[in-house]
Amino acid sequence: MNKKQKKMLVRIVVAALLLAAAKLLRTGGWAETALYAASYITIGYDILHKALRGIINRQVFDENFLMAVATVGAIALAVYEKTYDFAEAVSVMLFYQIGELFQSYAVGKSRRNISALMDIRPDYANMEKDGSLEQVDPEQVPTGSVIVVQPGEKVPIDGEVIEGTSSLDTAALTGESQPRDVEQGDEIISGCINLTGVLKVRTTKPFGESTVSRILELMENSSSHKSRSENFISKFARVYTPAVCFSALALAVLPPVISLIMGAPALWEVWIYRALTFLVISCPCALVISIPLSFFAGLGGASREGVLIKGSNYLEALSRTGIVVFDKTGTLTRGVFEVSEIHHSIIPEEKLIELAALAECASSHPISKSLQRAYGREIDRDRVTDIQEISGNGVIARVDGAEVAAGNGRLMDRLGIEYLECHSPGTIIHIAIDGKYAGHVVISDVEKPTSKAAIAELRRIGVKKTVMLTGDIGRVAEQMAKKLGIDQYHSDLLPADKVAEVEKLLKETGGREKLAFVGDGINDAPVLSRADIGIAMGAMGSDAAIEAADVVLMDDDPMKIAKAIKISRKCIGIVWQNIVFALAIKALCLILGALGIANMWAAIFADVGVMVLAVLNAMRALYVHRL
Amino acid sequence: MKKTYGIEVDCANCANLMEEAAGRTEGVKSAIVNFMTQKMIVEFAEGSDEKAVMKEVLRNCKKVEEDCEIYL
Repeated sequence: MNKKQKKMLVRIVVAALLLAAAKLLRTGGWAETALYAASYITIGYDILHKALRGIINRQVFDENFLMAVATVGAIALAVYEKTYDFAEAVSVMLFYQIGELFQSYAVGKSRRNISALMDIRPDYANMEKDGSLEQVDPEQVPTGSVIVVQPGEKVPIDGEVIEGTSSLDTAALTGESQPRDVEQGDEIISGCINLTGVLKVRTTKPFGESTVSRILELMENSSSHKSRSENFISKFARVYTPAVCFSALALAVLPPVISLIMGAPALWEVWIYRALTFLVISCPCALVISIPLSFFAGLGGASREGVLIKGSNYLEALSRTGIVVFDKTGTLTRGVFEVSEIHHSIIPEEKLIELAALAECASSHPISKSLQRAYGREIDRDRVTDIQEISGNGVIARVDGAEVAAGNGRLMDRLGIEYLECHSPGTIIHIAIDGKYAGHVVISDVEKPTSKAAIAELRRIGVKKTVMLTGDIGRVAEQMAKKLGIDQYHSDLLPADKVAEVEKLLKETGGREKLAFVGDGINDAPVLSRADIGIAMGAMGSDAAIEAADVVLMDDDPMKIAKAIKISRKCIGIVWQNIVFALAIKALCLILGALGIANMWAAIFADVGVMVLAVLNAMRALYVHRL
Repeated sequence: MKKTYGIEVDCANCANLMEEAAGRTEGVKSAIVNFMTQKMIVEFAEGSDEKAVMKEVLRNCKKVEEDCEIYL
């Protein structure tokens, strides 16, 4: 509890004691009235003061004004009716303040809990100076300096390991609980926790541009993108309070006047009392507090799982995802070309790879690189002579004295060698030795292990359509789409064509449905911003992706897309539960109050109770790990 | 020019009121109040004196919500 809350607690206790004294002693006369007055002023002076200030500053209709009018009205009524029982007015003020205190305490505590979860800010960096370590402010560390990260400490700044091996806990960034091993030469990003060994790191970025700073900045700015429900609530609160005030006035005046006209007794006291009850019920606190809290908890819970959402409006949009469009390379596939198959080899397969790799040794083409990787050993260039590169066809070279031709079908045609067609997707490298066909190698981009399951999961949670866009050729795209269970694919696309395809698909999304585009953040910034929701994955360290996307997945697991949607749905569900629940209870109380069934006591209990439940419900949005 | 200030405010509605009040202040291009992180992010209009503007922002905020605080 902070100082303000403690002070309020003391006021509540004192006021409650004074009230109890007045009620129990029943001294009657001036002494009792004095006790009530003391209690009322102790508990309500700030409300009265604020209400007055509000009127002076032309901010009339706030909850202070409502409470002031309701309680002062009740006191006036007691005087007018000569009952001099002020217990009700005082208690209403007392309970209102108890509710406010609880709310301030609960919200403060939840706020701190969530903030603590998201607290990845490193406090210091260790720099070596004259053989001893010195703790310095991470902002003071220049790029390129060497810092030391000890076990148990957070990596403060992005950098490259120059000494030591260790494993890193990336859970705060990615939600992935499996530690990641790092060694000399590896890039590491700030925000991870060093688990086992001491690491010496050369920083590659200043603190302000490190991953941690970018993420924190993103979270702090996230409230600028308010969701429609939040905007609805703040607009609602603006209209609601004045509306209730005027209905209360109408309730106080109209029925008695009508009664008088009809010739019946006016019953002014009854209707004024009902009108005051109306005012007590009318505080919009439960909504105004619990809706932003739900979103905050939802965003916090998501970031805990490695899903950064840039604002509650995107959380809302995400919950209505109807079409998910994927970029192929790097998103559904690893984006690394590998030798995946070898067919019809007339010599041992390793030998075939060896010859192909040697023949292609002079080329820096990605295909040659992957052949060389598959070969896996040092290439002895002395074994290769007479290299002849035929652009768009392949290579002919003399390896260990034999003439090796490695290339596509066109190269084989050119040499007049008969070759076998291949039905596997990917790039096919035919190889001929001394003019004789020796088999072919298939090089393809392999899918991520979870891609297929991720697509199935999306379908299970109700995404209507999945689409894959790729610059790759049709056959490869078709095969991949079939394998992963994707509904639709468009191949041979240039980056600009992808935008056009997404625009076409956007027309298909009817009304509430949203289109999400998932890319790896490279070359697809225009599409990321064109889609309703741009999701960038594998963003650890990639600035461009963090800039362009609305949702950032910290690792490159496609399963996280479904997870993000599920998190958003849970959060939005809670928001609507709170809106409906709070409004329904309020409406019920208003009706009961107007009919004279609910009195002021019931009203204040309903108000505080709804708020407590709504706040507790909002906190559920934080717990999304098991979704 | 954007700057972030720590604030103290008790209720979410008051935070909204502060945001409005700060945004209305002369010399402020836009203001965002994040109730949950208790931060105010102020973007200043070009050529305005930050210190003087923030003083005015604080005054305006106090007008709508007496209990609030901005740590300048």
